[in-house]
Amino acid sequence: MGIPITVQVNGVSHSHEVEPRLLLAHYLRDVLRLTGTHIGCDTSSCGACTILVDGKAVKSCTMLAVQADGAEITTIEGLASNGELHPLQKSFNEEHGLQCGFCTPGMIMTATDLLANNPSPSEQEIRHALEGNYCRCTGYHNIVKAIQNAANTQG
Amino acid sequence: MIPASFNYHRASSVNEALDLLKQYGDDARLLAGGHSLLPAMKLRMNAPANLIDIGRIAELNSIRVENGTLHIGAGATHSAIAASPDVQGHAPVLADTAGMIGDVQVRNKGTIGGSLAHADPAADYPAVLLILNASINVIGPNGTRSIAAGDFFQDLYVTALEENEIITGVEIPAMPQGAGAVYLKFAQPASRFALVGCAALVKKDGGTCSEVRVAFTGVGNMPFRDSGVEGALTGQSADASAIEAAAAQAAGGIDVLSDHFAGEDYRTHLARVYARRALSQAAGLA
Ligand SMILES: Cc1cc2nc3c(=O)[nH]c(=O)nc-3n(C[C@H](O)[C@H](O)[C@H](O)COP(=O)(O)OP(=O)(O)OC[C@H]3O[C@@H](n4cnc5c(N)ncnc54)[C@H](O)[C@@H]3O)c2cc1C
Ligand code: FES
Ligand code: FES
Repeated sequence: MGIPITVQVNGVSHSHEVEPRLLLAHYLRDVLRLTGTHIGCDTSSCGACTILVDGKAVKSCTMLAVQADGAEITTIEGLASNGELHPLQKSFNEEHGLQCGFCTPGMIMTATDLLANNPSPSEQEIRHALEGNYCRCTGYHNIVKAIQNAANTQG
Repeated sequence: MIPASFNYHRASSVNEALDLLKQYGDDARLLAGGHSLLPAMKLRMNAPANLIDIGRIAELNSIRVENGTLHIGAGATHSAIAASPDVQGHAPVLADTAGMIGDVQVRNKGTIGGSLAHADPAADYPAVLLILNASINVIGPNGTRSIAAGDFFQDLYVTALEENEIITGVEIPAMPQGAGAVYLKFAQPASRFALVGCAALVKKDGGTCSEVRVAFTGVGNMPFRDSGVEGALTGQSADASAIEAAAAQAAGGIDVLSDHFAGEDYRTHLARVYARRALSQAAGLA
């Protein structure tokens, strides 16, 4: 039985009938074709699937699409505006905050939530905020630097 | 991984949730933040035929202090509890604990009601609710009742909740005047769940400990108050040697958990170490 949902994703309204068991990550990737949101562990641990739901970072592999009915969602595709990269995207590029790039969308979405609540976090606060995001390549050092840098340019 | 099929029902009030539970009973599970239930359903360890979503019931979300008692709705997320000035003012140890659960994303979805109902033996809140003498409010087909935290947890994933009952919230009385309380955990590095967690409350009169409450999570099948440690320190001076001696009693008479992360010996050792640290920090705050 399909359940009707309407969500705003990156400012665009979408209405679909979805199966209740459809995960939000699969709705974004397979129905809306927004494949920037990655699925890594699929067990709520790695944070690759992190998106913003009503401004808050959540793991979209651990949420049903029906739970998002009526919500405003931001994915990595929604950060750049008018062809300009978001300061965090620019900063990850400049500071070599990625190698393979698999974890990057989730890292950036978690960092977006952090900077919205705490525009100039300490290194300690950044590391604490990234507890739910794993990177298998970079050793985190440049990720933390990229977020610090973006905070400085944003502020 | 995809859960087995189920029917989805969204309750807009507690009464509607009760009606849905009555209708679907055995074949239904409540869905709050989904951060224990959905992972289990994805692994097909759970396959309820009906999910009743209580995640949007506004009346379950409130956090307030009334007549000296802190009321936290079952639907309050870990993030909301950590950030609430009411919780920080009334029971700072609980706000700190909420901020230590999992990671940011987990805290943005997971709720206190879901954590209590799930009763994971390593969950963080239970130890803290035990030392705060909290009670858990529930509503069911036969009306409402209030269950002392000490009676609520009954075994591994087993609580005093009866069929078709819903947790509506938690009530926390004022801390004893001048008491200090802390919760410390040795977090499992991957999940951040407590391998061992210890909550301690100490009240001092002069230099002696006039009241001591200690509770553990992650150590036994269920969270428990440790009367051995409490008895050993009550009436003693709050100095390092008395605290060390009391902490050495930790987990006496308890069937200590053992798994591939930590065997019984190591967990018992951690319980003693964390009891000592939690007691000395709590005494420092008193
Ligand atoms: C990666 C990860 C790390 C975590 N780390 C920690 C940690 O460090 N410490 C910790 O304590 N927890 C941790 N958790 C668990 C987390 O706190 C969960 O959010 C919590 O256990 C369940 O709350 P929920 O709202 O998500 O409940 P759900 O998953 O929606 O429900 C859990 C169970 O409770 C029942 N239920 C829910 N609400 C009610 C209610 N009001 N009345 C009656 N029954 C109800 C449901 O039917 C279900 O059986 C972690 C979880 C994840 C995924
Ligand atoms: S894919 Fe969602 S947390 Fe790893
Ligand atoms: S850049 Fe490869 S996982 Fe982080």
